[in-house]
Order: sequence, then C-alpha cells, then structure tokens
Amino acid sequence: MKCELSPFLRLSFRAKRGICFSLAVQLSVLLAYAACSVPGSRAQVTPQRLLDSAKEPQNWLMYSGDYAGRRYSTLDQINTSNAAALVPKWAYQTMGTGKYESTSLVVDGVLYGTGSDDRAFALDAHSGRPIWQYQRSLPPDIRPCCGRVNRGFAILGDKVFLGTLDAHVIALDTKTGNVVWDVNTVGGSDYNKGYSITLAPLVIKNLVLIGVSGGEYGIRGFIDAYDAATGARKWRFYTIPGPGEPGHDTWEGDSWKIGGAPAWITGTYDPATNTTFWTTGNPSPSNRGEGRAGDNLYSNCLLALDPDTGKLKWHFQFTKHDEHDYDATQVPVIVDDGNRHLIVQANRNGFFYVIERTNGKLLSATPYGRVTWSDSKDADGVPEERKEASPTLQGVPVCPGAIGATNWMSPTYDPQTKLFYVTAREQCDIFSTAPQPYEAGHAFYGSAYFPNDDAQPFWGAVRAIDPATSQIKWELKHLSPSWSGVLSTAGGLVFTGDAEGNFMALDAASGKILWHFQCGASIYASPMTYAIDGKQYVAIAAGTALFAFALP
Amino acid sequence: MRQLDLLAQNHQCRQSPLRRAWGLACFVFLSFFATNLSLFGQEKNPYAGDAKIAKLGEYQFRLNCAFCHGLGARGGGRGPDLTKAQKRHGNSDAEIFHNIHDGIAGTAMPAATNGGIGVGMSDEEIWQVVTYIRSVEVKAPAQPVGNGARGKELFYGAAGCATCHMIQGKGGRFGPDLSTAGASRSTEYLVESLRNPSKRLAQGIFEAMKEFPQEYESVSVVTADGTKYAGVVLNEDQFTLQMLDTREQLHLFEKDKLRSLEKRRESAMPAYDQKTLNDKDLQDLIAYLQTAGAQ
Repeated sequence: MKCELSPFLRLSFRAKRGICFSLAVQLSVLLAYAACSVPGSRAQVTPQRLLDSAKEPQNWLMYSGDYAGRRYSTLDQINTSNAAALVPKWAYQTMGTGKYESTSLVVDGVLYGTGSDDRAFALDAHSGRPIWQYQRSLPPDIRPCCGRVNRGFAILGDKVFLGTLDAHVIALDTKTGNVVWDVNTVGGSDYNKGYSITLAPLVIKNLVLIGVSGGEYGIRGFIDAYDAATGARKWRFYTIPGPGEPGHDTWEGDSWKIGGAPAWITGTYDPATNTTFWTTGNPSPSNRGEGRAGDNLYSNCLLALDPDTGKLKWHFQFTKHDEHDYDATQVPVIVDDGNRHLIVQANRNGFFYVIERTNGKLLSATPYGRVTWSDSKDADGVPEERKEASPTLQGVPVCPGAIGATNWMSPTYDPQTKLFYVTAREQCDIFSTAPQPYEAGHAFYGSAYFPNDDAQPFWGAVRAIDPATSQIKWELKHLSPSWSGVLSTAGGLVFTGDAEGNFMALDAASGKILWHFQCGASIYASPMTYAIDGKQYVAIAAGTALFAFALP
Repeated sequence: MRQLDLLAQNHQCRQSPLRRAWGLACFVFLSFFATNLSLFGQEKNPYAGDAKIAKLGEYQFRLNCAFCHGLGARGGGRGPDLTKAQKRHGNSDAEIFHNIHDGIAGTAMPAATNGGIGVGMSDEEIWQVVTYIRSVEVKAPAQPVGNGARGKELFYGAAGCATCHMIQGKGGRFGPDLSTAGASRSTEYLVESLRNPSKRLAQGIFEAMKEFPQEYESVSVVTADGTKYAGVVLNEDQFTLQMLDTREQLHLFEKDKLRSLEKRRESAMPAYDQKTLNDKDLQDLIAYLQTAGAQ
C-alpha cells in the first residue's frame, strides 16, 4: 500500500504498521507519539479498513455500511429482547428544508453527515453536538430534478467526499470541514443543463467514484473516478456509448446525446474479482420512446466495471427501451448463497432480479408487487414490455406507477435470516405522452403521469424476500407508501420508517413491530447503526433533523 | 393532431437559431424578448393571449401541475379547479405567477422553483402556465344557475348540510369545512359530492413532507371497556387514531388498546338522490356554495 496520506498522518500510520519506514526516522518517532495521543487520529480511514469494514461494526464507513451494499450490522446489543426499551438519545437540527435523504458515516466516535442544499457537518456521535459545519454556496440556476437533496459522504484518509447539486465533487478536511479540493465534473456552468450529484460517493482503493443525476433533463450520464488525494479525474465511463462504441446502435439518430441514463445511487464493490457494480436510470425522455428507438444502452442497467480503469466488464439491462421511468437505481446488493455468487435487486419495475455476479447472467426475475407493464419474458428470461403498456396521448394505466414498486431507498440483506428486505409501493399510474423538444436545462419527460383513479388509496409495505426462492416471507403493511430504507442487524432486527413519521424496529424473522418512535415528519432516508464505548446507537434522518436512539 | 403540429412548430423555432429567426411566430416572441428583457418575475404576463405559448404552457401544466389540478386544470383530488375565473388566492397575472413561483402558505401548494413542483419551472415556464390557465378559464355566468339565497336556506335548514358542514364559521365540524369549496371545485365535482359522496372521499389534513393527505374515512371502534364510537378519521398512523364521533367529540386512541377498529372507505355523508334533493334544490345549494366561496 502506498502512503498517500498527509505527512503528519502518514507518520502515525508508519508508526502503527511499521511500513513505508524510509524517511526522517528520528522525527517520525517523535511526531508519531504526538499523533497517537490526539483523539481522532485513529480516524484515518485506509483502503484496507474499508475492505475490512466487517471487523469494526462500531463504525459505519460507507453509504451502505459495507462494500456488498447489505446495510447490515453485526452489532447486537439492541436486539429482539430489548428493542422495546429504545429511547431517543439526541437530535441534531440541520436547518435544511425539503427531503432529508442522507445516511451518515461514523468513524471512531465522530459522525459525518450531509443534508439538503449541500450542507454538511461533523458531530460528536455520542451527544449529537456539532464539531464543524459546512454549506456550499450554490448558484441560483442549478437544476436538481427532485429536491435539493444529498445522500451522504464517502470517507478516506483525512477527507470526506461530497457530490454537489452543481455537479462538483469536493473533499472536506475531516478535522475542520474546510474544502481541500473541488472539481467540476461537467465544466463551466454546464450544471444548468441538468447535471447534478446527489448520491454518496464510493471510495475504492485511492479513488472516489461518483455518478451523475439528471435523467429528467436529457443529460448524457456518466460515472467518474477521482484521485482521493488531489481530485484529478482518473477515468470516466459514459453510460451512453459514443459513436463506434458497442451499444451505440441501440439509439436512434442523435438521441444518444440527450439520452439520460444517469447513475444516481451509490454502487457496490466485490474485492474478490475487483469489480464495482453500478446501476443506471431512465433513458430521456423518460416516458416517451418515440425518437429513441432501440434498447437504449446503458439506461436501466447493472454495470460491472473495473474500478481501476472504468472499463466495462459486462452489463445487464433490466428494462429495455423504458417508457415508464423505471430507473434501475436501487443498490445492487452482493449476496453469496452457497456456491452462488449473486447480485440481487428489487427493481423499480416491480421484478426481483437474481443475477450471477461473475458474468451478468440472469437467473430469475420474479414480481414482488403488482406488475402490469410486462406479461412475457424473452429467451433469456428478461421481462419484456407489453405493447399496450406504452404511454399514449390519452393515457394508459400501468403498474407499478412512475415512482415504481420501490425507489432509491436502500434495501438490506441479513445473512442471519438470509432474507432481503425492501420498501415496496403499491401504486399504479396513468401514463400519458406528449411530444416535447429537447431544450438544454429544461425538463425533458416527454410525458406526464397521474395517479390512477383507483378506489383504494395507495399503500406500501416492507417485504422480506428469500433470494433462494424469490418468494415473499412476510410483509408489514404501511398505511401509505414510505420512502424509508431498511437496515438489518445481528440483533434479529430490521429498522425502517414510514410516511407518517414513525421510525420502527421490527422482528427480522416475522415483521412484528417491536418498537416505534414518532419523529414528526415523513422519513425519506435509510437508517444506519454504530457504537461508542460499547453502546449501540441507531440513527435516522426525518424532517429536518437527525435522530439517534439507544437503550436507556 | 393539430396540437402536435403546433407544438412541433414552436419547438423547432426554439431549438434552431436559423429557423427561429425565420418563423413569424418566433419573430413576435423574440421581439417581445428583446424589448422587455426584465419580463420575468414581474407584474405583467409577457405572453398574454398568445395561443402558441398557451400550448407550451399546457405541456408544462401536464408535467408539473396536473398531478394535483387534473388534466385540463379542472381540479383533481387535491388541487382546486383552475378554470374558474374567480381564484381564491388572487386573480391577477402577477398573483398567479407568485402563487406558482413561491407556493401558497398554509396549503399543499408548493413552490415551483428547483424541485418544489415536479422538476421545477423557470420564470419563463411559469408565465407559459399562466397563459395556459388564462386560455382555459371559463367565464363565470353573470348569475349562477341556481338561487343562492334559497340554497342558503336549504343548507342551514331542510337539506341538513349545516349539521355536519361549516361555512364561514357557522355550522357543524363533523364534515369538511365548505367555506371555499364553491370557489375551488368544479360544478361537476360538487354535484358528484352530493349525489355520490363515497365515490371520492374528501381530503383532510395534509402533513408536511407526506405525499398523500388523510381522507375522511368512516370508522367504528370499540374500546377496551366495551364503549362503541362511530365517526370520521381526522388522522391516523400505524399506531394511533384521531377521530371525531357523530356528536363531534374528539377521541384520541392508541390502536393496540382498542378491542376493535373498523374503517370503511365510505363517506359518513348520506347520498342525496333526486328524492332527497331534486335538481332545482341541488342547483340552489351549489349557487350558495359558489357565492359563499367568492366572498
């Protein structure tokens, strides 16, 4: 491993591991002592620590908790026998408005969080008291499609990394919140063409990986990797192939230039094969296929990329030539089931996909909610669009609706129960289409959708799916659809929230509610857990505040 | 297909500089733009009466507004009928622009800017929507079809509406307050609400950040000690219920402490058929709602 960290911290690292021990030996011994005595100096997150995140369950080192995207913790102090006693320990008011979608990181007692309008903060994770605060000064003409949201940090060394609504990636000093570097992913003020970044980046080795949002504006999507030390771009993978590249012919005419395919949810990583998995969103315009005949690669895909080079190893497309806004931007979860090395995904289009992780071969696609857009599969078992489900000027009812059977909120995989838990939505919409020109920076839907005029109101559920059979083991019904993600823990618990503002602990085996707390606003985030001094906490964002719960 | 052609024509002119200069419609648009650079965010609609702009506005409306206000701006489950000439939150172009741009405090109407509504609208797009709304406004007849004064008598008398509904502080609170219903709802909606109240339940409390409002569902509960209550749901979550019983008494329950809880997607309001309320009475009642709403 190279010592890419700052000289000061490099010294403490050397002293601990006894490697890279080549220069300034006398000084280093002296300074290493000083470094080790400073609280937080242990907070140097190395690439190795990220790989070994399971060894330090007290910390939450990345968006999904681990590289597999499982959002699972081995912490079990809070468990089925005592969850009913959980109490709020602190709340931190971000003062942000709008949806609060972020998952915080915790490293050695310090919580690193982000909020709406690209605000960020470091808190004492024990008390919720702020250590530093940061907010980006955003230009007035940004074009975030769906709220001025951010979903969290990635961390490496002495930096946390933030993707911004004006499509920059910035590195902040973990000690001060000061900006260390700031790169513009699109150049100039091209963010106003519809490019923004909302996801939490993913750090692999010494690279910071991000994907771009903007599928509502006719962008050309991409996934980038930046050098964590300097911010220099190492590679870019365009999610729409250019002329001469494989897949380019899946677009009609020049439609590829404005074809969307954003990548707005954090990917996962399999160190065994050195492959990072990213998912992509809808082709633009999202609900009108006319003018972009073809499969529209790599929209609505699972991409297997080499993290060192950005080279595509293979791809799997969930929804070909999508006309219903079925972004595949759900965390692609890595699951090992005996000899089966899998990616599992409950897709927005209503199917639960089980895919072979080594080659992208589809093993099964099974509905986990009401599906009417597809009633047949191709030779490879991939669900195909029903012709009558194609949007019309008058509108056609289709299930799931435009928000999908689920959305970006994180699922979880619990290796103890061997179940996959996901927030599901039962809502059908009427999809209508209308011609629309592309105009840079303007909404580019090609259609509109409306709630179906059903007698029954829309509802939601947490569903526990067995990846071995794709069958639903249990479901907990929500009164109305929820935007909360799900966390599972070794305590036999599943944590989630609802649109009525309740944060809940469920029995992972049965779905029975063991505890709840009313947060006072709908939950639009995924929970995480951490521990300090032997005490386990569970944290969730709701309304404008971050809440932390623990046993009394 | 005429609509499509118009859209296509306008799109071309906005897309290609060459065609833009040549198209007559675009020339008008451009000259307006050139002579009035500060046209956005102010008092007057720069596009007033422009049919082509209204078509663009219709598109924006479908994208951003129809989800609540319905196709054709005729009102949806959540949003008022915008084809009414008399609008509760202001009738001038500037007021409508402001309401879209900044939202309406105390209502479910969000601000259009940057993600508040749909994908957000620019000032230019908001003016297009204002132009569209103007183009679909139905000029209110000088006199409502019915007799409002008689409608008021019915409301507070024989029809029994005031037992459950309130207008401007007078009446019951078991059902929704109808002070603004006449101003915000289409006549068809009002007729349907009277003739077939269970077809579409009235919407109640709208919570911050929650996608869908609570509806006026009917509910019957039996408490642990065996007491029975029937009424309407004011609000509800997974664990608690806030309800009004038929005597307008407020009850706050924890669901797991109840012996039973039964909800029905039926309105507590009786259906007013021809026998209970003939067409003339119906028109008079609606006339009263409309005059009351306009105040």
